[in-house]
Amino acid sequence: MAKQTVSPAVSTPAYTPRKEDFVFLPKRDIETDKNFASQSYWKGVFTHFFKNRRAVVGLVIVVLIILFSIFGPMLSSYGYRDIVQYRNEKNKRVVAKGISPQIPALHELFYGEAPDNSFSEYTFLFGTDDLGRDLWTRTWYGARVSLLIAFITIFIDMIIGMSYGLISGYFGGRVDNVMQRFVEIANSVPRLVIVSVLAIFMPKGMGLVIVALLLTEWIGMSKIARAEMLKIKEQEYVLASHTLGAGNMHIIFKEILPNTIGPIITQVMFSIPTAIFTEAFLSFVGVGIVLPECSVGTLIEDGFNNITTLPYQILPPILVLALLMLGFNFIGDGLREALAPKLEDM
Amino acid sequence: MSETPKTILDIRNLDISFKTNAGVVHAIRGVNLDLCKGETVAIVGESGSGKSVTMKATMGLLDSNAVVNSGEILYTYTDDSGNEKTVDLLKLPKKELRQNFNGKRIAMVFQDPMTSLDPTMTIGKQVMEGMLLHKNMDKAAAKARALELLNLVGITDAEKRFKNYPHQLSGGMRQRVVIAIALSSDPDILICDEPTTALDVTIQARILELIMELQKKMKLSVIYITHDLGVVAKVADYVDVMYAGKIVEVGNVNEIFYDPKHPYTWGLLSAMPDLDTDDARLYSIPGSPPNLLHEPTGDAFAARNQFALAIDEKADPPLFQVSRTHFAATWLLHPDAPKVEMPPELIARIARAQKEVEKYL
Amino acid sequence: MTKYVLKRIGLAVLTLFIITLVLFLLVRIMPGNPFPSERMSAEQIALKRQEMGLDDPVVVQFFRYIVNLFHGDFGKGTSLYYGAPITTVLTTCISNSFKIGGIAIVLGSLVGLVLGITAALHKGRFLDGLCTVLSILGVCVPSYVFLIFLQYTFSFKIPFFPYFFDPSRFLFSSVIPAISLSLFTMSTIARFTRNEMVEVFDSDYVRLAESKGMYGRSLVMKHVLRNALIPIVTVLAPLVVDLLTGALVVEKIYGINGIGKLMVDAIAGEGIDYNYVLALGILYSALYIGIMLIVDLLYGVLDPRIRVSAKGGDD
Repeated sequence: MAKQTVSPAVSTPAYTPRKEDFVFLPKRDIETDKNFASQSYWKGVFTHFFKNRRAVVGLVIVVLIILFSIFGPMLSSYGYRDIVQYRNEKNKRVVAKGISPQIPALHELFYGEAPDNSFSEYTFLFGTDDLGRDLWTRTWYGARVSLLIAFITIFIDMIIGMSYGLISGYFGGRVDNVMQRFVEIANSVPRLVIVSVLAIFMPKGMGLVIVALLLTEWIGMSKIARAEMLKIKEQEYVLASHTLGAGNMHIIFKEILPNTIGPIITQVMFSIPTAIFTEAFLSFVGVGIVLPECSVGTLIEDGFNNITTLPYQILPPILVLALLMLGFNFIGDGLREALAPKLEDM
Repeated sequence: MSETPKTILDIRNLDISFKTNAGVVHAIRGVNLDLCKGETVAIVGESGSGKSVTMKATMGLLDSNAVVNSGEILYTYTDDSGNEKTVDLLKLPKKELRQNFNGKRIAMVFQDPMTSLDPTMTIGKQVMEGMLLHKNMDKAAAKARALELLNLVGITDAEKRFKNYPHQLSGGMRQRVVIAIALSSDPDILICDEPTTALDVTIQARILELIMELQKKMKLSVIYITHDLGVVAKVADYVDVMYAGKIVEVGNVNEIFYDPKHPYTWGLLSAMPDLDTDDARLYSIPGSPPNLLHEPTGDAFAARNQFALAIDEKADPPLFQVSRTHFAATWLLHPDAPKVEMPPELIARIARAQKEVEKYL
Repeated sequence: MTKYVLKRIGLAVLTLFIITLVLFLLVRIMPGNPFPSERMSAEQIALKRQEMGLDDPVVVQFFRYIVNLFHGDFGKGTSLYYGAPITTVLTTCISNSFKIGGIAIVLGSLVGLVLGITAALHKGRFLDGLCTVLSILGVCVPSYVFLIFLQYTFSFKIPFFPYFFDPSRFLFSSVIPAISLSLFTMSTIARFTRNEMVEVFDSDYVRLAESKGMYGRSLVMKHVLRNALIPIVTVLAPLVVDLLTGALVVEKIYGINGIGKLMVDAIAGEGIDYNYVLALGILYSALYIGIMLIVDLLYGVLDPRIRVSAKGGDD
C-alpha cells in the first residue's frame, strides 16, 4: 500500500521542539480518572437542568407565582372577601363595584383609553369584581388555595403511589399480580365518574377536590415506581444487600427508593399542573371550592359570569392558570431531559 | 495483493466538530486514511475516539449538529460508462450522495442488528429496497436476487424468512440480513461498524468469516470499525489506531501487532485478554479519553502516558515514519527522544503470540 | 391472535361488570335520601321508594338493574327530568355529544398530525419552534377557557356565531365548541408526533435506510411515518377521556344538550340525581373501557411485533 499521505515530521506543529524538551515528565498520578471522578450524578443533573433555557424560564415563572401567592395579598390593604368602599368626589361612601384595572395597558386593551385616576388613593391593579372585591388580592389568594391543594394532594399521592408501586414491584409474583389487577380496574374508572360518586357522599368544597385528586393521581406514580423497581431490583447492589441479610422494607425504602427519586419528581412536576387543572375544572363546574372562598377555578367562573359586563375580570386567573401549567410543564420536561440526557445535548 | 493496488478511498485531513449545548466538541482532529481496492482496513480505538464519526462522514450520515471544518473524502470509482472518476464525498449534495453512492457503491453494516432493521417492514422488502432504488430492477428480479442474497449470507429457508418481520429473527440472523442489505447493490466498499460487538462469541466468528468470504467473492474493500483487537488480527490487512480524534499509529497488521511504536497501541495490546498472561489482573490503560469539549494542548494521550515527555505537553507529535507502511505519532520516535522499550510483559506476550502463529504456519 | 382478542374482550367486560357493581353499591348504600325532601312529603317519598323497589334487598335490586340494563333500561331519574326514562334522555344527549366530540377529535388529530410532522421535518428551525409554542398553548389552557374566549369574541363582540348552541343549525353552532374541544387533542398529538418522529429519525434503522440510499419523501413515507404513527394510537384513548371531561364544561357553558351537561346537572344541581350519576357513571366507564380495548386491538393490528408473534430464529 502506497502511504504517500504523510511525510514524517513535516505536518508542522506550531512549536519547534528543543533538545531539553525530550525528558520524561516527573512521576504523575495517572491512575485517577480526572474526567469522571469528580462529577456526582446529581450535580450533573443540576448543571444540565440549569443549562436548559426553557426549564429555567419555567422555574422562574413558578417561583414568581408562588411568591406572589404568598406575598401578593399582603401588598393590598383589602382582604380577599372584603367589599371595598370608597368616598367619591361628593364625599359619599360608594361600593367599589366593577372598577376596571388600573394597569394602563390592561385598561386600554378593554376600553381603548387610559384609566381615569379618580381612585388615586385606592389602587386596584386588576380592578374589582361585581361585588366590589379587590381582584388583585383575590387572584393571588385564589392561586394560593389552588397551589396548596395541588401540593398537598400530590405529596400524599406521591407517598401512596410510591409505596404501592415499590411494594408491588419488589415482591412480584402473586402479590404483584393482585395489586396490578386492582390498579387496572381503578384505572378503568374515569376521573369524572369518581368525582360524581364522591359528590353523593361528600359536601361540595375543598375536601371533595382533595379526595378526588387523592383517589386518581396516585396511579401514575405507582406505575412509575413499579417500573423503576423492576429495573433496579435485579442489580448487584440489591442482591448484595440481600445476601448481607437486609430486611425487605430496608431494601425497598433505604436502598431502592433513593434511586427512584428522579423519575418520581419528574412525574410530580407533571401531576401538579394536572391537579391545578382538575381543581379549576371542578370549581368551575360547581362541586369544588364554594363561595366566598376562592381559587383559580372559582375566579374563572366568576369572570365568566360577568364576562359581558366586566370582561377584564376573567383575565388574571386565566393567566395565572396558564402560566402555572406552562411553568410546571417546562420544569417537568427539563427534569426529564436532565435525568436521561441524550448524547447530542450533552 | 497485486503490485500496485489502487487507492479507492482517500480521507485527507478530516476535521469535524459537534455543536452541543455544552459547547463545541472537536471530535475529529485531522484524520488521514486510505483504503485500496480489495484490502481490509481496521480502525481501532476506544469509544469516543472518533472512529464511527469518520465513517459516518463518509456515508453522509453525520448528525445535524456536526460541522465539517476541513478535509476531503476522495472516492475513486468507475462510473456507468466505464470512466474512472474521483469525487469528494463531503462536497456532494445529500441527494446526489444518496442516489449514486450510498448503498450503490459504499454500503454500511451497523453495530446493533437488534435496532438497525425497520421493525414494521418485512425483511424481504428491506433487502429489495436498495435494488429497486439503484438497479432499476423489476420486482420479480429483485425478489429473486434478494432470495439469492439471503441464501448467500447463510439464511436457511430464505423463502420463508422473506416474509418475516425483524422481531421474528435472532440477533445473528438479523445481522446476516443487514449484511445482505449492504451487499444488495454490489458496492465497492463495505463499512462495518463494530459488526459483531452485539453478538455472541460463536456467532461473531461466523459473521466475520462470512464477511471475509463475501469480500473475496465480490472483490470488496472493507473498513472495520472496532475496539476488539481479536477481530482486527483476524480480518485486517492494515490497522489505523485512533485516539481522541486522531490517527496515532498506522501500519500493516504485523507491524501493529508485533512492532507497535505508540504507547497507546502498547496499552491496547496489553489490555487484550490472553490465556497465558501470568498477571493476575488484566491490564487496562489508566484514566479515560480526554473530553474533546476542552481540547488538550500537546499530545492528547500525554495525561495517560507513563512515558510522557515534556514536549508532549507543549506540542502535538507529527506522524513519524517507521517503515514504508508504518507510521506513529509519538515524540518517542524523535531522534532526540530518550530510548524507550515496550513494557517487558508486552514483549513476552508478543513473543508468545508469534510462537503460537508459527505453530500453524 | 384470536385468543388474545377474546381474552382482552373478556377482561374488558369483567372490568365493566366490577365497576358497575361497585358504583351500584356505592350509590345504594349512601346515606340520606335520594329524593328532594323539601319538595315531597314523607308519604310521597315512601311511595316512590316502593315504586322504585328501593326497599328490596340490595342483591335483588342489583340483579333487577342488570337485567334492565340488558334491555337498555336505565330506570328513571330521582330529581332530574322528573319522570322521564333515563334512556330516552341519554339517547339525545349521546348523539349531540358524540357528533361534536367526533368533529373535535378528527379535527384535532388531523391538524395535530400536520403540525407535528411539520415540526419534526424542520427540527430546530423556526417552524419547529412555532409548532411547539402552539402545542404548548393548547396544553396549558383548558378547553373551556378557549370556549369562553371564542364565545366572547365571535358571538358577543362580533356576533357571527350563535351565543348558545342551536340544534336547528347544528353544524354552524358546533364550530365554536368543536374548535375549543379540539385544541387539547391537537396540541397533544402535535407534540407526540413530533417527538416520535424525531426519535425515529435518530434510529438505527433510518440510518440503515439512508445508507441504502433512501432520502427525502420516500424515506419519510416508507420508514419514518409508519414507525412514528403506530404509537400515536396509544395516546388516543386518554385524549378521548380528556375530551369527555372538557366537554362537561364546554357543553354546560355553550348550552349543548349533551352527556357532559347532563353530568354537571346531575351532580352540581340543586339535588344530586343518584340514578343519573349511576347511569352516566356506567356509560362513561363503558366508553373509556371500550376505547382502551379498541386502541389495544388496533395497536395489535398495526404493529407487526404484536400481530405476528415471535417464532424465534435459529442461530
